[in-house]
Formats: sequence, C-alpha cells, structure tokens
Amino acid sequence: MNWLDKMTRPKLSGFFKKRETPDNLWHKCRKCGEMAFHRDLAAARYVCPNCDHHMRLGPDARLESVFDDGAFEIIKTPEAPVDPLKFRDEKKYTDRLKAARAKTGAADAFAIAVGRITGQETVVLVQNFEFMGGSLGMVGGESVVRAAEKAVARKAPFILFAASGGARMQEGVLSLMQMPRATVAVDRVKEAGLPYIVVLTDPTTGGVTASYAMLGDIHISEPDAHIGFAGARVIEQTIREKLPAGFQRAEFLLDHGMVDMIVHRHEMRDTLSRIIRLLMTKNTWGPGDGSSPERSTLPVPIDAPAVPSVQAGKGAG
Amino acid sequence: MRPPYRAPAEPMRIYLEFEKQIAELEGRVEELRQHARDDQDSNVEKEVLRLEAKAASLLKDTYEKLDPWQKTQVARHPGRPHFLDYVSELIEDFTPLAGDRKFADDEALLGGLGRFKGRSVMVMGHEKGSDTESRIRHNFGSARPEGYRKAVRLMDLAEQFDLPVVTIIDTAGAYPGIGAEERGQAEAIARSTQRCLSLKVPVISVVIGEGGSGGAIAIATANKVYMLEHATYSVISPEGCASILWNDPAKAKEAAIAMKVTAQDCARFGIIDQIIDEPVGGAHRAPKQMITETGLVIEKALQSMSNMDGAQLRHERREKFLAMGREGLG
Repeated sequence: MNWLDKMTRPKLSGFFKKRETPDNLWHKCRKCGEMAFHRDLAAARYVCPNCDHHMRLGPDARLESVFDDGAFEIIKTPEAPVDPLKFRDEKKYTDRLKAARAKTGAADAFAIAVGRITGQETVVLVQNFEFMGGSLGMVGGESVVRAAEKAVARKAPFILFAASGGARMQEGVLSLMQMPRATVAVDRVKEAGLPYIVVLTDPTTGGVTASYAMLGDIHISEPDAHIGFAGARVIEQTIREKLPAGFQRAEFLLDHGMVDMIVHRHEMRDTLSRIIRLLMTKNTWGPGDGSSPERSTLPVPIDAPAVPSVQAGKGAG
Repeated sequence: MRPPYRAPAEPMRIYLEFEKQIAELEGRVEELRQHARDDQDSNVEKEVLRLEAKAASLLKDTYEKLDPWQKTQVARHPGRPHFLDYVSELIEDFTPLAGDRKFADDEALLGGLGRFKGRSVMVMGHEKGSDTESRIRHNFGSARPEGYRKAVRLMDLAEQFDLPVVTIIDTAGAYPGIGAEERGQAEAIARSTQRCLSLKVPVISVVIGEGGSGGAIAIATANKVYMLEHATYSVISPEGCASILWNDPAKAKEAAIAMKVTAQDCARFGIIDQIIDEPVGGAHRAPKQMITETGLVIEKALQSMSNMDGAQLRHERREKFLAMGREGLG
C-alpha cells in the first residue's frame, strides 16, 4: 500500500512542526489563568492540566490523536480559483491568504487525512481555526467534496472535526454556494451506507453549522465548545439584551438535542473507534456470539466536564 | 387562522436616498398638474410634459447605473412586491399550510398549495410584510427554525404528490435570536438545504429582493435559479461584513461593492441561470408587470423540465451545485 510510505511519524513531527506550538515555553490557560509548560500541554493534547479546558488544537496534533499509532496519509488539499472577487477590505484577500499560509504552513484551513482507527480505514477532515477562522470558501468546499469522495471510494467512514467561524466573506456568494455543495458531498457518504460523524470543536458557527457540520449521523462535541448559527454579538445587537451564561456552548446544545454526546478529548479516539465499529459491523441480524457487556471496557461519554462556568450554563434554556 | 391576504392600498411613493433628484422632478410635475387643473394653461401642460420626460430619462439613467449598494437599497425597498403579492397574482386557489408539526408556525416563511397556470404546485417563500403590523407578524422576513422545518415538511409533501416546488427568496437572513439558537437554527437551515437538493420534483427559485445568506440558500438550491435585475444575493449582509472586516457597519457600501452582491455578478459567477429584467425604476414602480414577467419565466422553466423524471431532476440539481466554484472563474 503506497500510503504507508508517506506516513507521518508521530513522535518526531511534534518537534518539527513548530508552528503549532507556542513560541514561548509557558502557555497561559484562557479559562483558569494557570501557566502550563508547552511540552506538558502538547502531551495532554492541549487540555489544561489544571482546569480541563480544551484549548484549540491544530490539524496535525488532531490527526495524530485520532489515528492508530498517530499515523496517517495526508491527501493534498485541492486547488480552487483564488480570489475570484478580487476582494479587498482594509487588506487584500490575497494578502490575508498569504499571511494565513505563512502562519500555519498550510494552503488553506482544511486538511484531509486517511488512516486507521483501531484497524478501520477512515477518512478524516479537519478544519484549522488558525487559518482565517477555519472559514469555508471554495477550497473548503472542494475539500469536503474530495474527502467525501475518498470515503466513498474506500468504503471508509468519514469523520469531520469542525472548527470555523463560517463562510469566507472574501469569496462572497461563491462561499455561500459551498454550503449546498458540501451538503451534496456528505449526502453521498450517507447514500453509500457509510457513517458520517461530526465532531464539533471550539468554535463552530455560521455557514458551516448551517450546512455539513449539522448533518452528521452522529454529533459529538468537545466540552465547552462554542457552537451556534449566529454570532453572539449579532444576537445581542438584534435582541438588545445580554446572552445567558453558557449560551451556544456544547452543554447548551446537548440540552437542546443538537448533539449526541460531549466527549473529552482524551476519550475521543476510543469513542470514535467504538462508534465506527458499531456502525461498520455487517451481519447485524446474524446470531450473536454470546459475549457479555463487561467485555466492553471503553469509557462512556461524559455528560459535562467539571468546569464551573459550564455548570452555571446549565438550565440556560 | 390567518386573516385573508389584502393587497396594500396604493402607497405613497417612497424615494431612496439616491433618487432625490427624481423625487424633486416628480414632485414638481405633481405640483404643476395640480396647478393646471385649477386654471387651464397650455404652457403649464407643456412644462409638465417636459419635466415628465426629464424625470423619466433621469430614472432610466439612474437605474441603468446602480452601484451594488444602491441595488441593495432597491432590493430592500418597502414598496417592492413581496411573496404574497406574487402569490396573489400568480397562484389560483392558494391554500396556505402552516406549522412545522414540531414546535410552531413561522410566518416569516410562508407556503402552501396552489395552482400555477393550471397545474398544482407547492409554493413557498419569505414574506417581509407590507406595513408595520404585517412586518412584525412576518418578522421582516427573517425566519426561525420553525420556518425552515415547515419548508422541509412542504417539500416532503410536494414530493409525495409529485408537485413542482416554486420558492420565492426575499430575506435579510435567518433570524438571530436566543430561541432560534435553542431550537437549532443552523440544523434547520442545513436540513432544508439538504431536502431541497434531494427533491425528485422540479424546483424553481426566484430571488425577488434580498438573498440573505443561509436563510436564503435553505430554500434556493433549485434546478433553475432566477434573480430579479436589482435583487442581491450574498453570504452576509453588507452591514454585517462591514462590521466584521472594517470594524465599522457604516462601511456597508464598501462591503456591498467588495462582495459583489448583484444579480449581474451572480450571473457572471454562474450561480444563477438568468436575470429577470425589472421595469424602469425598479419592481416597485410596476409590481404587476414585474410579477407577470416572473410568472412567464417560471412557466418556461417548468416546461423545460416537463420531460425529466424525478431521478434526473435530482441528479441534475445536485451536479449543478457540486460544480459551483470548482472552475472557470475569471
């Protein structure tokens, strides 16, 4: 299999991909304010050792955390027309793109990878919030299409790690058209009888939630992730009142029936693995093997993490 | 029970900011007419004719050269014909259907059964309202999740009975509110888009005013998408874009220009099939003419799909949207 040749070595890549680690050695948690050593944080997959806050995770670290032995093959991000609108606000769109590319070392906000999750070949699409807010433009739309096609071609489950502010304004109505486009793409995965699992990470909003990120067969969220349609500021300006604590957080979505479960990052891989195995099992109607429930040692999803602000958000409905 | 629709009485003409000169000329004409009625002076009559011609030519020139921000204002013109105006002109036996069967009815997005040029259709669209009371009732055309869930319900029904779906797009965007978020605005829009794309009946959409973002696309993924000449279609409102990228909502004009929101831009990008010309001075100057013209375009579109079966219609629609933004953009 040729993709084995191009495997990323997990332990080494962490050292070479400097862009994803903070420049300074100590990192301050946005939630609790405690300092954590960067190596400890990386080892903890950017979950605060003190308060369990899930910080944003770059695509490489995410992919490593999901696949068997942290090994995967990157599918080249497709090319798409660049700056069709010749858009400029206070900066040119092309300059913003250049800056984002320099910052992340990636061509766009989307990374497609193929690898194995407890042996099951799986296609994973990750959005990088560091790249122009993970926004969905033509490259993004094309990435969803390509990843979905890959999943169908390899009869593999499709997992999306969503993180996005929404559609990319600099591509105007063409970015809006990526919503139906991505919708058709994920529908094809469903029609092929393959699972489409969405993991909503902080933050996922706008046109991304209003299309493919809310169409998963199963919706998982990381704790405390901000997930919604409209931005908080827009809502506040519209209704002219302050928003309740915990509004549009993962726990709020769980309460309102929009996600199936909230899963701690350290248990994400096991949870995904279990769901994939349950959904990809054939001969469901055949005779059982007589095994008993205690054979299952995989952790159950957590309902809500022990973060004070999240508790305050409970009952915000 | 919804009160029966009443066409609004002939409203006072509302002039937009850039129509100031036209307003002055037309005001003078009106004044002179009043004058001429009082004393029969042929010189006054001549002057009226001269000024009328001048106003007409200024109107024509102005509307031929509208910039994207001016078009945005025309698209939002309160006197512009709205969904219910199209329905009352084009649809016989209109039978509105209400409710998403889950939570509530949303009068920002209306729909129902009716007869269009002899055939049964499902028609739905955003309604902005025509006076203060109805604007509030229709929430200014900004739908909540219930609206999109009702749309899905009506699309299901259309497919069940093999009825073509006609959607009328006219919204600033889906409503951003606490309740809307609680009830899953994003999911509701996503499902509506998904259902619209999967329908095995013809779907025709016309953007008659504002095609505002996800709230518009949710019911606009059609086999044929049309836009009125001065309608707009955008990923975010110019004000919203300006406040994010310029940090100043007052830069809406710049944002409208940068985002290329006009029907002409959309046609150039290949995201719509055709532009429907408006009467000189915009749809609000001759609503009936506008609606009749739109009806003819819809009829032609339906006829063009008469030989296609459900699978073909669905396939063609999906392929069309899959190709958008893939190539050929200059």
